Amino acid sequence: MTEIWQGFVKAIELIVSLDPEVMDVAWRSLRISAASTILASLICIPIGGLIHFRSFRGKRILINIIQTFYSFPTVAIGLLVFLMISRAGPLGFLGILFTPTAMILGQMVLITPILLGLTISALSGVDKAIRDTSISLGATEFQAIWAIIKEARYAVMAAVTMGFGRAISEVGCALMVGGNIRGFTRIMTTAIALETTRGELELAIALGIILISLALIINVALNIIQQRYT
Amino acid sequence: MFLLEVANLSRKYGKKEVLKGIDLRVERGEVVALIGPTGAGKTTILRLLDLLDPPTAGKIYFAGEDVTHSPRLKLETRRRMALVFQKPVVFKASVHDNIAYALKVRGHNRRDISAKVSSMLNTVDLADYRNRNAQTLSGGEAQRVALARAMITQPEMLLLDEPTANLDPLSTSMIENLIQRFNREYATTIIMATHDMAQGQRLAHRIAVLMNGELMQIGKPGEIFSRPRNMKVAEFVGVENIIKGTISSNDGGVVTVDVDGNTIEGISDYRAGEEVSVCVRPEDITLALSRTSSSARNSFPARIKLIASSGPLVRVELGCGFPLVVLLTRRSAEEMGLQIGKDVYASFKATAAHIIGEAGV
Ligand SMILES: Nc1ncnc2c1ncn2[C@@H]1O[C@H](COP(=O)(O)OP(=O)(O)OP(=O)(O)O)[C@@H](O)[C@H]1O
Ligand SMILES: [Mg+2]
Repeated sequence: MTEIWQGFVKAIELIVSLDPEVMDVAWRSLRISAASTILASLICIPIGGLIHFRSFRGKRILINIIQTFYSFPTVAIGLLVFLMISRAGPLGFLGILFTPTAMILGQMVLITPILLGLTISALSGVDKAIRDTSISLGATEFQAIWAIIKEARYAVMAAVTMGFGRAISEVGCALMVGGNIRGFTRIMTTAIALETTRGELELAIALGIILISLALIINVALNIIQQRYT
Repeated sequence: MFLLEVANLSRKYGKKEVLKGIDLRVERGEVVALIGPTGAGKTTILRLLDLLDPPTAGKIYFAGEDVTHSPRLKLETRRRMALVFQKPVVFKASVHDNIAYALKVRGHNRRDISAKVSSMLNTVDLADYRNRNAQTLSGGEAQRVALARAMITQPEMLLLDEPTANLDPLSTSMIENLIQRFNREYATTIIMATHDMAQGQRLAHRIAVLMNGELMQIGKPGEIFSRPRNMKVAEFVGVENIIKGTISSNDGGVVTVDVDGNTIEGISDYRAGEEVSVCVRPEDITLALSRTSSSARNSFPARIKLIASSGPLVRVELGCGFPLVVLLTRRSAEEMGLQIGKDVYASFKATAAHIIGEAGV
């Protein structure tokens, strides 16, 4: 019990003294997850808009499939991306295995279903009259989709925040395609997993506190968005 | 050439025929009011004309071109018209950005947009609201924003779906003034749905009566009132005197109609024995205190049952074997000393009696 308590006190010391190792890992986590969230959003929001806007055969089924992938195991995604970018894989020539790029790619794949699915349901909440109004005022299809997205901007922001939350908190995929290389691909979740098994509790606890605080901040932000603007 | 020509336009929802073979031609600069009861298909036809929904049959020609199903012309044609919806819709944005929308999607530059929006804000008297969140506007204000947003590009054709439904009289007259202004200043062709007959009379050059998906009648407002094509139209537009009877003779187009023993003369092709209804406009009936000789072929002794005044006019309900409503000025009512129970003579010309068949056309 005292050991845990001591670890906890040390962890606070590490955070307060802005320990370089802790900061480096936390900062990398943030950067990689922010990059993957932004890139995935740039792809998923327009595609989600298009899926919402057009009517086609199998639309309902497609949306159901997307929703099924919300909770797809992260290690399965990790395995998939690993197979793609390992030397023998179709993207092996890129040579990105065990790099931050690989981790960004992995997280993008991981959060794509959530971003797509939540974007589509955010847009379904917009009054159909908005679509008719923009079309009748001379908008092209993409301009109308953009008008609908803007109308649902807070719900779409909530979707992006959810995506970021999932990206920054997952460990399986980052470990498999990133490799937890110190100073290069080590991020908070992989570091916690490793340091805990090595008995380096204070570092693990310090990172754990930061991660939980981040999750808390994200949740509060989500709540504010949802309460104030919807 | 007509700006808009519609031929045999039809629309089905499932099995239900919501529009049945509508034919309509609208000239440039004309204001046409689409009048009909709820569910008649007014919104449906406006959506088809704006190319928002495809018709199940029929053709739409805009400025001489068949634009019914052409994907190439769709955007281009839509950009030459605008539709204001029945329920005012505003974007979650400022009043300025709402009004600017149509210019933005057409790629106008900032300075041009700013100048046009400012001038439009003045036109609709919303200059102080420029930066207000449009969602906080009242219904009347939102409708003015919707109108301004539609008119900002000076479209050739403006489609309005019940633009004053649910508005108070002040907002209604503001919107009506704007509609007239746009029509006069920009020569905008306007097609507006309404179920307010009086509004149609105030604003429209022609009125199209739509009932149950059918275009029953189209013509000048006075024509619809004095010569409704059939009973349904007469009842819907509120023709006050509809007297049922039977043709007793037809002498070269001059018919006599037997109404419970009374005889009304009118002009019609119906033959003896046919059941008809006689429509007489209240303002076409004159009252006199004694039987005078005049050219009026129809004159009946009558007793006043009810007198109600509305503004400068007085509405008198008579009984003369059948009920009759008469409209006259307050001054003449006072001069004649009209009061309930008084006996008078009611007269109207044979040409004022419009006769329609029971079946209708
Ligand atoms: N999308 C739709 N699906 C099925 N039926 C529809 C649809 N849109 C309209 N209808 C039906 O078509 C008929 C005409 O509707 P429309 O909205 O055009 O009437 P309206 O004349 O505008 O009535 P109101 O004065 O109430 O606005 C109604 O019976 C309506 O229920
Ligand atoms: Mg309607």
